Amino acid sequence: MKFLGLIAVLITGGLMLLASNDFPDWADSESPANNKADLSQKYVTDTLELTEVPNMVTAVLADYRGFDTMFETVVIFVAGIAIIAVLRPVNHDYSLPQPDDEDPDLIVLMTCRLLIPVIQLFALYVVAHGHHSPGGGFQGGVMLGASFILYALAYGLPKALVRLSEKRAITLAVIGILIYAGFGLATQFLGRNFLDYGVLYKIMPGVETEAWARSHSMLGVEIGVAFTVTAIMFAIYANLSTRGRLDRGL
Amino acid sequence: MNTALLADLEVAQHINYWVYIVLMMIGLYAMVSKNNLIKKLIGMSIFQTAIILFYVSIGVKKDASIPILDHHIVHEYHHPKDGSTPVPPKIEPDDYANPLPHVLMLTAIVVGVSTLGVALSITQRIYAEYDSLEEDEIIVKVKDYGGHHG
Repeated sequence: MKFLGLIAVLITGGLMLLASNDFPDWADSESPANNKADLSQKYVTDTLELTEVPNMVTAVLADYRGFDTMFETVVIFVAGIAIIAVLRPVNHDYSLPQPDDEDPDLIVLMTCRLLIPVIQLFALYVVAHGHHSPGGGFQGGVMLGASFILYALAYGLPKALVRLSEKRAITLAVIGILIYAGFGLATQFLGRNFLDYGVLYKIMPGVETEAWARSHSMLGVEIGVAFTVTAIMFAIYANLSTRGRLDRGL
Repeated sequence: MNTALLADLEVAQHINYWVYIVLMMIGLYAMVSKNNLIKKLIGMSIFQTAIILFYVSIGVKKDASIPILDHHIVHEYHHPKDGSTPVPPKIEPDDYANPLPHVLMLTAIVVGVSTLGVALSITQRIYAEYDSLEEDEIIVKVKDYGGHHG
């Protein structure tokens, strides 16, 4: 079985390597993906003028391809719900060995007490600065969720569940998706297409041009994404580490 | 295989494709040939990572910076030196890496994490049900249980 798998993998790999001979060269500016496709050139040259966001990746993610990002947020949410649905014991309790209780270690406690606020502050900075530096909703949300996981690792899962219980986590995730969809519905009510942020300058106070309305809507949408990612990261950890029962931690 | 065919393969210009295809094949081998379920999942994760890196490497340009406009370009656009109307800056596309593969791969990373989470939860249920993580033992037990298992 292993030998057959090796033969199949070698044949596939060999064919792919032969096919890669026709691909464009490494770091070629004239390759079809970089040059002939006018679209990516337009993303580079027109982003600052149309959306007032220097980070082209965030502009494409949250504005030009905003519909895709909304459903990506829904995918994370559905994954969290699916993990809860698969692991939650409904009828019978499994007879599995329970982990033994230990006192939290002093060095871990003191170190995490110093680290967790700094991690959370940096995560909020990454979310808010997605326009000017690498960052955005997904990256900041994962770091914020990781800070909660660190809290659960240091102090024990029951204490972390007091702060972010499962009901609160799922509510937070749903609020994140509703923020994103709410922006889209607001633009529809104002007469334009779904998620066409430019028209929101009419209801935003202190915003005159469409470009600034797009920039601020991108920030709002990224905040929604960060809510969902934070909550689901912690929910995935809590369910996977306790086999769905949420009683003791690692 | 004669040496002319090997020389035609142009490994140096396509080195990124070679590296990522080798990585992909390592992941594929782990998914197909390993017996342990967790090792199969790690193979899937390696495969997904190789594909993400493959796509990002397509968007690289020679001597190009990251796809984020520099701070002083933005500052000059908002505070023009002499005139009163801000002129949109002239940006050369070849100076910046292609942002489109980066964006598409952000979605791919997120989807990969979700898939790995759900796969791990299903693996935990399989372990609770059949008390083993080896594929051949599980297949034997599934055939033994047949139809009379709840």
